[in-house]
Amino acid sequence: MNTNTSTNSALQTWLVLVFAFISGFIIMAIELLGGRILAPYFGSSIFVWGSIITVFMLSLSIGYLCGGKLSLLKPNLKLYGSFFAGAAVLLLPLVFAGNQIMEAIFLRIEDPRYGSLVVSMLLFFLPTAVMGMIAPYSVRLLVSSTHGSGHVAGKLYFISTLGSALGTLATSFYLVLWFEVNQILITMCLVLLCTGFIAIIADLKGNDI
Amino acid sequence: MQTSENTIVRKQLAWRNFKTEILVVLAIALIIFAKDMLAQNGIRYIHQERSLYRNILVTEDTQRRCLRFTITSRSGQNQSCRFLDQPRELVFPYAKMSLSSLLVQDQPQRILIVGLGGGTLSDTYSLLFPDTEIVISEIDDAVVRVASEYFDFKETDKISVDVGDARVFIKRQGLRGEKYDLVILDAFNGEYIPEHLMTKEFLEEVKRLLPENGMVLANTFSTSRLYAAESNTYREVFGEFFNIRMNGTGNRVIVASMQPLPDQETLVSRAPAIRERLEQFGMDITEFPKLMSTEITWDTNQRILTDQYSPANLLNN
Repeated sequence: MNTNTSTNSALQTWLVLVFAFISGFIIMAIELLGGRILAPYFGSSIFVWGSIITVFMLSLSIGYLCGGKLSLLKPNLKLYGSFFAGAAVLLLPLVFAGNQIMEAIFLRIEDPRYGSLVVSMLLFFLPTAVMGMIAPYSVRLLVSSTHGSGHVAGKLYFISTLGSALGTLATSFYLVLWFEVNQILITMCLVLLCTGFIAIIADLKGNDI
Repeated sequence: MQTSENTIVRKQLAWRNFKTEILVVLAIALIIFAKDMLAQNGIRYIHQERSLYRNILVTEDTQRRCLRFTITSRSGQNQSCRFLDQPRELVFPYAKMSLSSLLVQDQPQRILIVGLGGGTLSDTYSLLFPDTEIVISEIDDAVVRVASEYFDFKETDKISVDVGDARVFIKRQGLRGEKYDLVILDAFNGEYIPEHLMTKEFLEEVKRLLPENGMVLANTFSTSRLYAAESNTYREVFGEFFNIRMNGTGNRVIVASMQPLPDQETLVSRAPAIRERLEQFGMDITEFPKLMSTEITWDTNQRILTDQYSPANLLNN
């Protein structure tokens, strides 16, 4: 039993670290693409970036709060996985109805500052908030003692922020040169979905043992 | 043991100090070198500011005053220049190339210019057509201020500026059914044209502003992989266009029209009538018909630019 738990938790540690990296990568990739997506309707003025960054920060902060709260109840990989799968589903409107939503707001709000803010809320708030839940929940999954909690949190910040750095770099240097915006977004949705399923499967397997 | 450790520490300290000294010396050398280079060309900075979008510099030498968006003093970085003694004369070939569009359509009633710069194009067109309404879309109000202060740009009852992103402005103008029979695309940041102002969807929005006899004119570069991508994109939206290139400049000007383009003979025959009017700008229009070609001189396989795919400034490298 004991040995099983320890191999199990070693696997879990690896999974959570890799998943934290992936979520960091995808959050920044989407934020960066956000500028591209909004430009045809709201331009590339400084306030468009202001809207996008505001919404990402706001949704992440709320996601952190909710993720932390949820981690109080029996933390498990299944719920963890469903954050990823949920984020993938919540990104779909951006891919498939993005233009219609932006057009509707563009027609209703003249001032591109508020237009871009409202559109950012509609397109990015939910998926980003759900992705924000991943960070505190990851900490809870990996922490086994109060003594080591800072160390675990530090390691997770490190790996997810590293993911964010690489997500930014990869997207702005290469991905936009090779692919269309929607191709990148759909790939990210698929990656999130796969990640979610792997976590859920790992959870089921863990329960079998 | 003790002493040897001390020596090591001292050596390390000395090396650290030495490194700092090297850096200081290098920094000073760089400043002197940069100043020297500018002094050699006799260039003075008469205004320098950092706006929300870019650095704005106004430089002056003995002959001309220029507007620049980058600090580096490579040639070709000037956005706009004018001669101090003959302010009307066009300094840059691209401005002259732009005027050759008058051979295609010579009486624009309403002009939209995207990108003010030093106001060269707006001044030129308002001198040529004092009764024509000119609307300028410029993202940076600092540019408008600098143009007024240093390049004699003035808003009048015929000339107005909309400060904001051109993509948004053009989309809204299209929705309102506004028409401009000449749209001039001349938006540059320090680097190149903003990416969302080069896509097929953007050009379609521009096309919506053009009446039956409307014309679009774009100032772009003829170097880099972007040349082919841009050309294919314009062709996709407007069909055949005049591609105007000149020796001694990396710019090329695209002139596309809603009407079929006139042939070479027609262009040549129209030139003498407007020659005199254009002389004040230091150009001989009769030299331009031969530069106006519809020939495809680029790789037609290069992918067109869309809102989904516009790595414009990456292709430019």
